[in-house]
Amino acid sequence: MKPLRHFATAAALVLGMVGTAPAQTLSFAYDADPVSLDPHEQLSGGTLQLSHMVFDPLLRWNSDLGFDPRLAESWERVDDTTMRFKLREGVTFHTGNDMTAEDVVWTIERLKSSPDFKGIFAGWVSVTAIDDYTVEVKTDGPSPLVLHTATYVFPMDKDFYEDGGAEIAKHGDSFASQNLSGTGPFTVASREQGVKTVFERNPDYWDTASPGNVQTAVLTPIKEAPTRVAALLSGDVDFIAPVPPTDLERIKNDPDTKLVTMTGTRIITLQMNQNRNEALADPKVRQAIAYAINNEGIVQKIMKGFGTVAAQQSPEGYVGHNPDLKPRFDVAKAQSLMEEAGYADGFSATMMCPNNRYVNDFKICEAAAAMLAKINVKIDLTTMPKAQYWPKYDERAADIMMIGWHSDTEDSANFNEFLTMTPDPDTGRGQYNSGNYSNAEVDELTIASLTETDPGKRAEQLQRVEEILYNEAAFIPFHWQDLAWGARKGVMIEDVVNVMNFPYLGDLVIEE
Amino acid sequence: MHILAFLIRRAIQAVIVMFVISLVGFSIQDNLGDPLRELVGQSVSEEARDDLREQLGLNDPFFVQYTRFLGNALQGDLGNSYFFKRPALSVILDKFPATFELVLGAVFIFVSLSIPAGIYCAINRDSWLSRIIMSGSIVGISVPVFLTAIGMVWLFGVELGWLPAFGRGDTYELPWGWDTGFLTWDGLSHLILPSITLSSIMLPLFIRLIRAEMMEAMGTEYVRFARAKGLSTRRVRYVHAFRNTLLPVVTVGGLMIGTLIAYTILTETVFQWPGMGFLFLEAVNRVDTPLIIAYIIIVGLIFVVVNTIVDFIYTLINPMVKLPGAKG
Repeated sequence: MKPLRHFATAAALVLGMVGTAPAQTLSFAYDADPVSLDPHEQLSGGTLQLSHMVFDPLLRWNSDLGFDPRLAESWERVDDTTMRFKLREGVTFHTGNDMTAEDVVWTIERLKSSPDFKGIFAGWVSVTAIDDYTVEVKTDGPSPLVLHTATYVFPMDKDFYEDGGAEIAKHGDSFASQNLSGTGPFTVASREQGVKTVFERNPDYWDTASPGNVQTAVLTPIKEAPTRVAALLSGDVDFIAPVPPTDLERIKNDPDTKLVTMTGTRIITLQMNQNRNEALADPKVRQAIAYAINNEGIVQKIMKGFGTVAAQQSPEGYVGHNPDLKPRFDVAKAQSLMEEAGYADGFSATMMCPNNRYVNDFKICEAAAAMLAKINVKIDLTTMPKAQYWPKYDERAADIMMIGWHSDTEDSANFNEFLTMTPDPDTGRGQYNSGNYSNAEVDELTIASLTETDPGKRAEQLQRVEEILYNEAAFIPFHWQDLAWGARKGVMIEDVVNVMNFPYLGDLVIEE
Repeated sequence: MHILAFLIRRAIQAVIVMFVISLVGFSIQDNLGDPLRELVGQSVSEEARDDLREQLGLNDPFFVQYTRFLGNALQGDLGNSYFFKRPALSVILDKFPATFELVLGAVFIFVSLSIPAGIYCAINRDSWLSRIIMSGSIVGISVPVFLTAIGMVWLFGVELGWLPAFGRGDTYELPWGWDTGFLTWDGLSHLILPSITLSSIMLPLFIRLIRAEMMEAMGTEYVRFARAKGLSTRRVRYVHAFRNTLLPVVTVGGLMIGTLIAYTILTETVFQWPGMGFLFLEAVNRVDTPLIIAYIIIVGLIFVVVNTIVDFIYTLINPMVKLPGAKG
């Protein structure tokens, strides 16, 4: 046995010295495929997943929620409202064109004309090319989020798109939705929408330090969760996402597969409409509801541990995360709060939830309704598919409505801007505040945080907001939905996945 | 002449059916949800969504929208799919071969199994094999199709690993643009599980139907007479009796085509089979109304065509039957 082991060690050493692992094919399945090849057509997880395969951002998030330079080699803040990005030289697009500052400026202008992305770039008043490899961004005021925003800039090949057609089509066909030229690790070799997309490694990829050894990647959308899991377990695919909570154990325990999980950043909440239901306008009643709902129990029993119990909007790692806020569950306390508020006999309320939008969404609502019955709040619950739910949500059609939110900027202020600031149709703030919660201090602090460049002060402002929301029970937090990926052993997916759920597949290593 | 009159009558009926379907489809579309939600990201403002709604003509009154649709439809244009951004009709027709081959696979399985099984059970009523088949068919009728499908995936796809569990495999494009999975081994192996699943709804029903009809035929006067005449048992059973059991089988078979199409939606979804049924369910989830309406119109057309063919087959099997609407 001994010589054999020595031989094995020697062989491993030799192979290790040779270095690069042989080219591999990755077959992977998501629940859907990207709607379009145009990275600016729709702001969605699918679009960003695609963008990270065929384009490169100026900079990207790393696993500590910090920034790694990509097409921008470095950046410097010139003054409060100006940021300069130094671009990487010698990067070429798939067409062979050089990537320069012109392309970056053009891409940002295009982003600003995209209905889905212009909101994120609203504060960028001017973008100019200082020289071939320097881009200067000016914002309308001091902005702490320039780098967050720059993760959305995936430079596109200006000449290619100007020749073919640069129009962003939300409906109808366009050149950009069928063709692409980026700088990314992969090119699209073929695509049959809804059936299969084949990616081939870009032989001229600039990042020669990338350990990635996937030569061909084949994306097959598999809508049904059990079928997706079966495809992984039977070895038909190497990597799947998302993994339904019911199958986590099975994938973890199978000798050929592994499970990678991560605390997510999408918060699941209930909003209580103060305009529709008088009782919900009373902070005591809202607190009572918060105390009556056992969100820890929901995470354990319904989510099978596949979630992180929340007491606020900002997950850990976000600047606004307030470590002092703890989940509350105390039925006796809830009852006494109801008595204090003059609702000892309870009241009735309507509730609406989607049944195919978030993980176990309708089950969570059913559980919440049952828990509220214990403090005599009689809930009339309606659940419906998301297609029908969103129009109802826009109408504010029930007293209590469910909403999940993921911050597009990975920043706490985004939660407040959309979910908890006073609704204002002119500014678009509070667009998803179906509860009509309104607190002047929350509004002021959030606005201030958008122009505060001192990280310490910003953290103070945003954590204070979370505290106010908690004390007034502005909404009922359940949990942050966890993320899970299943992979065949040897597919080193854990090194490239992240909390934003866009795996950096260009850097994926498949071991033999 | 009879046949021509019959066809014209059917064509007129088809147009009326199509018209009614489009009207119903169009009037329910507001209840399907808001397509805009599926077209834009979460943080797009209400105002921007309204602009887009205006551009798509979704703010126009029902009558205006419907007339516009009808005018285009008469020129063969059923509108563009929101999701695929191509004419809905061509999206559906691209998926038609997959569904057609799946249905063909299922029909092949249940016809080639139910006829021998049904005849066997009618003739050897009390044998143990008949008992097993008959009680098995009760179980078969009772199990919902999605359960059969998931069971198949787990057993043959995962536990045994014999057959691929999703998708259509390698296809081969025939010269007239028809993607077929029949010509490659990979394509055929992908077809097996979904077509067994789809046939599992029909199989028990047909076994029982053929058995009952066969038993009835065996007891009729003309069978007894044929026997008395001294014809061989084989000829009596398989020519005289069996031919007459076919009539009700074809009737029911024709009616069941509708059911079969409905079940392709479930089967295709579980097996990620890239056919029309899966496309339809996805379209409903995405509120892709042009595609939904185009699908139900196409399916309506399939119904009319299939029923017409069934009526034809009728006359071939039983010359006593006259084509409806044709004067005898």
